[in-house]
Amino acid sequence: MAEARAAVRAAVTRHVRRAGLPYLLLLPAVLFELLVHVVPMLVGIVMSFKQLTEFFIRNWTAAPSAGLDNYRFALNFNGAVGSLLLHSFLVTCGFTVLTVGISWLLGTGAALLMQDPFRGRGLLRTYFLVPYALPAYTAAITWEFMFQRDTGLVNRLLVDDLHLFHTAPFWLIGGNSFWALVVTAVWRTWPFAFLVVTAGLQNIPGDLYEAAAIDGAGVWRRIRSITLPQLRPVNQVLVLVLFLWNFNDFNTPYVLFGNVPPPQANLISLQIYDTSFENWNFGSGSAMSVLLLLFLLVVTAIYLLVTNRRRKADV
Amino acid sequence: MRRSALLALAVCSTATALLATGCSSSGSNSGGGSGSSQQTLTYWASDQGSSIADDVQVLTPELNAFTKQTGIKVHLEVIGWNDLLNRIMAAVSSGQGPDVLNIGNTWSASLQATGAFLPFTSDVMQQIGGSSRFLPGALAATGAPGKPPVGVPIYSMAYALYYNKAMFQAAGITTPPTTWSEFVADGTKLTKSGQWGVSVEGAQTPENAHHAFTFAAQQGGSFFDSSGKPTFDTPQNIAGIKTYVDFMAADKIANPSDAEYSNGTEAVKDFATGKAAMMLWQDAGQDLTNYGMSPSQYGVVPVPFADTSATSGPTHVDSIVAGINLSVFGGTKNKDAALKFVKFMTSQPTQIALNKSYGSLPSVSDAYTDPAFQTPTVKVFQNVLASSAAPMPAVATESQFETVIGTALKNLFADAASGKPVTDQSIASQLDQAQQQLQAGG
Amino acid sequence: MSDAASALRGNRRRRRSPRSPMAPPPAFLWTRRIVLTLLGLFTFVPLYVMVTGSLKPLQDVQSAFQWIPQHLTLRPYIDIWSTVPLGHYFVNSLIVSTCSTVVSVLIAILAAYAVSRYRFPGRQLFSVTVLSTQMFPGILFLLPLFLIYVNIGTATGVQLSNTLLGLVITYLTFTLPFSIWMLVGYFDSIPRELDEAAKVDGNGPIGALVRVIIPAAVPGIVTVAVYSFMTAWGEVLFASVMTDDSTRTLAVGLRNYASQNDVYWNQIMAASLVVSVPVVVAFLLLQRYLVAGLTAGSVK
Repeated sequence: MAEARAAVRAAVTRHVRRAGLPYLLLLPAVLFELLVHVVPMLVGIVMSFKQLTEFFIRNWTAAPSAGLDNYRFALNFNGAVGSLLLHSFLVTCGFTVLTVGISWLLGTGAALLMQDPFRGRGLLRTYFLVPYALPAYTAAITWEFMFQRDTGLVNRLLVDDLHLFHTAPFWLIGGNSFWALVVTAVWRTWPFAFLVVTAGLQNIPGDLYEAAAIDGAGVWRRIRSITLPQLRPVNQVLVLVLFLWNFNDFNTPYVLFGNVPPPQANLISLQIYDTSFENWNFGSGSAMSVLLLLFLLVVTAIYLLVTNRRRKADV
Repeated sequence: MRRSALLALAVCSTATALLATGCSSSGSNSGGGSGSSQQTLTYWASDQGSSIADDVQVLTPELNAFTKQTGIKVHLEVIGWNDLLNRIMAAVSSGQGPDVLNIGNTWSASLQATGAFLPFTSDVMQQIGGSSRFLPGALAATGAPGKPPVGVPIYSMAYALYYNKAMFQAAGITTPPTTWSEFVADGTKLTKSGQWGVSVEGAQTPENAHHAFTFAAQQGGSFFDSSGKPTFDTPQNIAGIKTYVDFMAADKIANPSDAEYSNGTEAVKDFATGKAAMMLWQDAGQDLTNYGMSPSQYGVVPVPFADTSATSGPTHVDSIVAGINLSVFGGTKNKDAALKFVKFMTSQPTQIALNKSYGSLPSVSDAYTDPAFQTPTVKVFQNVLASSAAPMPAVATESQFETVIGTALKNLFADAASGKPVTDQSIASQLDQAQQQLQAGG
Repeated sequence: MSDAASALRGNRRRRRSPRSPMAPPPAFLWTRRIVLTLLGLFTFVPLYVMVTGSLKPLQDVQSAFQWIPQHLTLRPYIDIWSTVPLGHYFVNSLIVSTCSTVVSVLIAILAAYAVSRYRFPGRQLFSVTVLSTQMFPGILFLLPLFLIYVNIGTATGVQLSNTLLGLVITYLTFTLPFSIWMLVGYFDSIPRELDEAAKVDGNGPIGALVRVIIPAAVPGIVTVAVYSFMTAWGEVLFASVMTDDSTRTLAVGLRNYASQNDVYWNQIMAASLVVSVPVVVAFLLLQRYLVAGLTAGSVK
């Protein structure tokens, strides 16, 4: 009897241990995530309901509640704050779609073109990855140097060498600044797409190609009917990651334009930064961040649902 | 299984701990000045020299002298302008900061509103030698009127008109302009291929805000009413700003490229290298020398006035009171030592030495006895500061004000540079937007 | 790829063309040449500007851009070390990046192992939370995190603000979500049979992890490590608020340096190169692993 009980107890503890092990393994990750992400995120959400200006920043727990005012301001698109936020949201959408689209296109294109071996392929691969390996800060500052109106390479090329413009255009102010931003972001982003797609290509079973070759399919057919469908799972993840990174990009515009970007290139993360740190309204900045978070969550959820369903439908 | 799991976890956590302690110990120094046996003050200095290393070089001998005098050590950290306000914010919100720090004097009212800085009541003022030692103009920019200031001026500056003597001579201009119409007429004469009448820093927000303030004030305009409410788009403000932006937009005496200038050095460089004949600038002697322009090549006179403005009274403004203040952090545990340090930094010899190195003006009157501050150039600045400089609006939202107005002008300059007309309407709509932003922010 | 297929491909290669089963049409070859040349130029130009810019005297970088440098000088490379204590910052960056990389990888391995090999309540919640932390703009963490660090400091005496330790913890957490997610993918691609085999040999789950999974997952782990290191090495915003002059990192030093002397483009370019070289070299050396790591990790 006692033996049986001991056996049961042992079984139970074994079970508890087995069930507890994954939690034990997760523990360090959870602790750090809590400390650096989750708790500050919750603090941020609390801040978004407070009237947290220079008068209360010293002791912000005593800051008066703002109720939903911060959200109301941010979402009132007739007011200055709301319309600026909406504007920068639209700019960010345009920027993200273009940057992700072009980067994906370039990355996938280059990876496909380099799928078959040729002389110098390895070297060229390595070379293409250099922009991604550079610290973000260095890449952006180099582009800032190139976009200078009077001393930059871009105008030297476009105006003096190619004679495309009569008078030198501006790239860091005015409407062109948007394109300057996109080019800089693409330069740094596309090698990542290239890297991931290159990796994805290695996973496509070779016999698929062999079969296609026997059927007499040409290069373009092969790409269209084998490679691209096979890459779909890779692309699903890649596009999502690129989207999230670019939508939240702060470094590139901040280095290119300084703390106050031209309105045409005012990304939402910079808008939030300005609201919080330049205008000293951390409550309002937090509310904007929460809205941004909600938007990204919804987009991600829809994206995953749709792509997963299509993936399943295809299989 | 359990043993191995625990073992692995133990290995991991020890590794983490080891690495962590390894990292933190090599990091040393946590900054906060705890006063045990030997007192140490932490001092955040703003970047006044040509580089941070340069600042350290200038300040260190003075700090050593202070330590010798009082036995109090000073831990110096020079912080670039990019980071200074963010660091101050972090210090204010957490209560953990330096003992003594430099702030841009235009931030005074904003930082005063946080309540995180030691108010310089008359008692405190007495402790550092009394308020009468300071230039009254500079002392005005240490906080909102009627409240005890949150610091004392340490380096003072003002705007003046710099002009290139040789270029003036070549263009047949005998006396520097004193009104804006003369200024524009001269500028037109001075503008020819590869040379412009004036250089401006069109994308630099604080610089823009300072000029907007001065130009508007000359028209009798003001950005805030007496109760501190913003009044941005008044006809006077619009007229003032239009005069300034028109240098590029209508008068074409400023290079459109200037609309891109944003780091406070390009305009000076253009002036120094003969690409522009004039500039409106704070004490630039040091920078000009660095760029290879000797003091004999340029003249310095007060900033011109609007044709309408009177020769005295509230519209007789040709500069903001610019400069740096020295504040004591409210959370300091070393208040007495901190005040000793403030007293030392504003003492006559220290003021002479530091302002000489930085090319700024002493904020205490007794330092002007030094021959270095008896030159004609310094006299011009001293006069401006004494009689015609006005402090930026002393409202709690001053810092926001600089950002939104500076941005408005930056956008207007961008329009001007790309050939879009700058009209009263376009200025008004920029100002209107800026004001709404400020109000929503407050 | 099956043996037969590779044999087939090998035969064809010898017989027909050095490329693929079927010789690509000329249109494809021309597209490849043109596209790769254009991409090569696009990649090249900024790098060229960086290198030549860093070798030009100040006079030349401040006047109209010259494709071919007129004068060459090494002066900028000498000047950068005296303007800012880059050497000191370099050591700080190295410590912070290395520590946060090592710890981040260790923690991510444990977490990924749990998520990949166990089904337990909360697994989904954990994954979703980890993913969503990627969506909150980093700027907003800045003040709350600083506040939390300061409060921890006052409560426990463990200084996190203005110390390298605080920075290490911050960075390792930045990289954790991506690392965990990558490694889960990689671990998933390792056949369970290997675990079973290890268990048959008398290993517990941790034994299986250490003896079987980790050795099999080296490319994935290297990928994650490189990513972590790069993130820590280049981060500016948090470092600018959470460090003082004794703990400042290279990226902040570079920014400070650039902000005050913005017209000294030659020195900025030189400093940028100096800052970049270690990461770029490491990245390129490990590139082979990266492709392999991403191959399994990103596909699942």
